[in-house]
Amino acid sequence: MKHFLLAAALILSAPAVMACETVTIGDLTIEHAWSKATIGAGRPGVFYVEITNGGSVDDALIGIATPAAGMPMLHETVVQDGIASMPHAMSIPVPAGQNVQLSPGGYHGMLMGLTTALKEGDSFPVTLSFEKAGEVTVNVDVLSLRAEGPDCADAGQ
Amino acid sequence: MRLRSLQIILWIAATAAVVAFSAMRWWPATDESAAAASAFSPAFALADSEGSIRTTAEFRGKFLLVFFGFTSCPDVCPTTLAEVAQVMDDLGSDAGSVQPIFISIDPERDMRLGLADYTKAFHPAILGLAGSEAETQSAAASFKIFYEREADTSSPDGYTMAHSPGLYLIGPDGAWLRQFTYGTPAADILSDLQARF
Repeated sequence: MKHFLLAAALILSAPAVMACETVTIGDLTIEHAWSKATIGAGRPGVFYVEITNGGSVDDALIGIATPAAGMPMLHETVVQDGIASMPHAMSIPVPAGQNVQLSPGGYHGMLMGLTTALKEGDSFPVTLSFEKAGEVTVNVDVLSLRAEGPDCADAGQ
Repeated sequence: MRLRSLQIILWIAATAAVVAFSAMRWWPATDESAAAASAFSPAFALADSEGSIRTTAEFRGKFLLVFFGFTSCPDVCPTTLAEVAQVMDDLGSDAGSVQPIFISIDPERDMRLGLADYTKAFHPAILGLAGSEAETQSAAASFKIFYEREADTSSPDGYTMAHSPGLYLIGPDGAWLRQFTYGTPAADILSDLQARF
């Protein structure tokens, strides 16, 4: 029942797919939010996004929340001395005037405890919490397991 | 004087040890020329998802593209497997000469979650293998790669795996050929392979 309610909440809270929507909060622009399809719900999903700080004050992404996963967390893939590890990122700096990407091989959101498998073509909301700007919700497009980047005309990759 | 000779000998020994250690540590991580200078043949004997033991010997005559990873890894492993899948698609009629292999470094959990479902979702040609801890360590050692389990409360089941993220190419004779470092584009891997056929 709990899972049904969560799944229902997930579906209701995810309106028609808005591919590559851009949202702003204060001086921050959040765009190109995407994720990859998962095989079942037993393995974590991933969350990538691009944040641009057009203001003159440094900010930081300090957390993410989503009805799609019970335990979403920020991580960073670090390859050092030929070894890849994935430490938990307490916060991701979003310096004034800079563009920060959560992208494959770097910072990413790890979506643990998925309420349901993520299927290509689905979308789900993720609320980003910034140290200064506050909270903002963006719709995340679920792309193919083999996608390498956001499927946007203007994504430039 | 005798002391001085001893000192010199000790210094030489220490230097040799450092060089040997560095070589062991860095050879797999450096480019193919260094690896070629020290030909070796990695070997594994690991179960596939059906429980059959698969060994390096049965793949003689084919190039092997080997990746060590774990299926609960959300970022590095899917990125590399997606590249391998792309390479297999782009190889076209030459695909039969290349066997891509995914070796689990988190075998117990991966067998429970389903290894074949995972590898097939990327490409049906990818063979997933997961042995015992001892067999996995032995396979990793033969490839001269590193992995370790790290406690991490921010990861599923309270742990994650740190590992060498390279993709390893083994020749039809079983000898190590080179490593493709993490992030090597599929097109580069493809052209390297095509130059070898």
